[in-house]
Amino acid sequence: MSLTIFVLAIFVGFEIITKIPPTLHTPLMSGSNAISGITLVGAVLSAGTQQTVLTTVLGFLAVIFATINVVGGFMVTNRMLEMFKKKS
Amino acid sequence: MPTSLINIGYLVAAVLFILGLKGLTHPRTAVRGNLMGAVGMLIAVLLTLTDRQIVSYQWILLGFVIGAAVGAVLAIKIQMTAMPELVALFNGFGGAASALVAGAALIEKTYGGGIPLLQLTIATAASGLIGAVTFWGSLVAFGKLQGLISENAILFPGQQALNALLGAACLALAILVVLDPSQTTLYWVLVGVASILGVLLVIPIGGADMPVVVALLNSYSGLAAAATGFVLSNNVLIITGSLVGASGIILTQIMCKAMNRSLTNVLFGVMAPAGEGSATADEVYAGKVKSATPEEVALLFDAARRVVIVPGYGMAVSQAQHPVASLAALLESRGITVEYAIHPVAGRMPGHMNVLLAEADVPYEALKDMDEINPTMDQVDVALVIGANDVVNPLARTDPSSPIAGMPIIDVDKAKTVVIIKRSLSPGFAGIPNPLFAMDNALMLFGDGKKMVLDIIAALKET
Repeated sequence: MSLTIFVLAIFVGFEIITKIPPTLHTPLMSGSNAISGITLVGAVLSAGTQQTVLTTVLGFLAVIFATINVVGGFMVTNRMLEMFKKKS
Repeated sequence: MPTSLINIGYLVAAVLFILGLKGLTHPRTAVRGNLMGAVGMLIAVLLTLTDRQIVSYQWILLGFVIGAAVGAVLAIKIQMTAMPELVALFNGFGGAASALVAGAALIEKTYGGGIPLLQLTIATAASGLIGAVTFWGSLVAFGKLQGLISENAILFPGQQALNALLGAACLALAILVVLDPSQTTLYWVLVGVASILGVLLVIPIGGADMPVVVALLNSYSGLAAAATGFVLSNNVLIITGSLVGASGIILTQIMCKAMNRSLTNVLFGVMAPAGEGSATADEVYAGKVKSATPEEVALLFDAARRVVIVPGYGMAVSQAQHPVASLAALLESRGITVEYAIHPVAGRMPGHMNVLLAEADVPYEALKDMDEINPTMDQVDVALVIGANDVVNPLARTDPSSPIAGMPIIDVDKAKTVVIIKRSLSPGFAGIPNPLFAMDNALMLFGDGKKMVLDIIAALKET
């Protein structure tokens, strides 16, 4: 089941991303990078369930890394895209 | 909140991510697309916080605060010329987070003698391997782009054999993790060996090949997230991770095609040395290179009707994007058509030049792809090359023994006049002389990119 979703999502990705113009390739990378910070969901669970000290520490570190990725990624992408927008 | 409701929420988040990426297909809708992605992320994270397994929020919130502060500062402070470094760094953090989450999940699932499913252990091993390679590879790419370590290819004897050995060790360790998941130490050994591999894989890759590496690491960070999704049986992670994985792979392909090299060639081959019969710099340049002054170039522009500007990494290095845009505006105010020709691998990441020019308020309609501009290059009066070298080297078309043979280039040599702003005649990344500089219709303007463009503007204003 998961494998089906994985394969289908890759196809959706190919379909959409081949349509993105080269001009937007840098924002595409930073933006897609921000959404790959979705690992945050897993990190939150590891840091919050507190099953062992070790998993809490690992989860905590993962929350930091993933949040940098998400917040920084969306913000910098927005900053770039605003520049593309303003003159057109 | 009941699990079914959480799952519906995750589905909404995944749909928002897909629509968000779709928004990026046009500059007009792109800002909204990015916002949709951010809203999707917010939904996914808030839903996760309602999970009943969570017993304490202090570490989560502290992590949010630290991560958000660091991320926001980086995003606000970063200069547009340094975008490749930042994206490399973010890719690395994504990879690290995935590897850590998978490791924590493995410990949880085997805690108290539990035996996890085969699917879970395979995914854990994959996540640890890809995540660690992504993190360390990205850090090396970051160091190279920042100039902290040499941007040149770093090579030593037995490098490929060592990499092969480390690759095999990773595979063996991954199999051991799958066979006996209760030995969680093995997972961290795997992460350790994969870390060394990550460093060694990126060390031999030189500066101009960075667009490929950054795109590939982007893809890896997605795949690591997808693998973590399999570990946690979380569909939103699987969907998002595979979207990003696909995106990175497509960009990698585009970059490789733009250099006429295969991915294996970029990753392992390093550049082919120049062929036997290739001319030396002296033979190519001796007595044939004409140098011009900014005043002479200004006169050329004054008489032109159509001008094409070809930027390269040198424009980013000398921060010349704003003067270049002012020059273009000045020319346009005098009725001259100005376009920009962007080579796909100009700069250090896909789309690098476009972002710099957008920062300088150049409308995106003025930016033309290589394939769009080349057919009309012979109608161009002046082509201005600033900080680019290999991507305008006609040897790619004419010399089959050249290391860049077959690489698509911007045919500036077909323009009536070519002005090349460059500090010296030093070769580009490919290490070969560029016969363009010695052609009859070529003029060299030696100096710093920013200063030369400002000098041309000053000269134009006097006429």
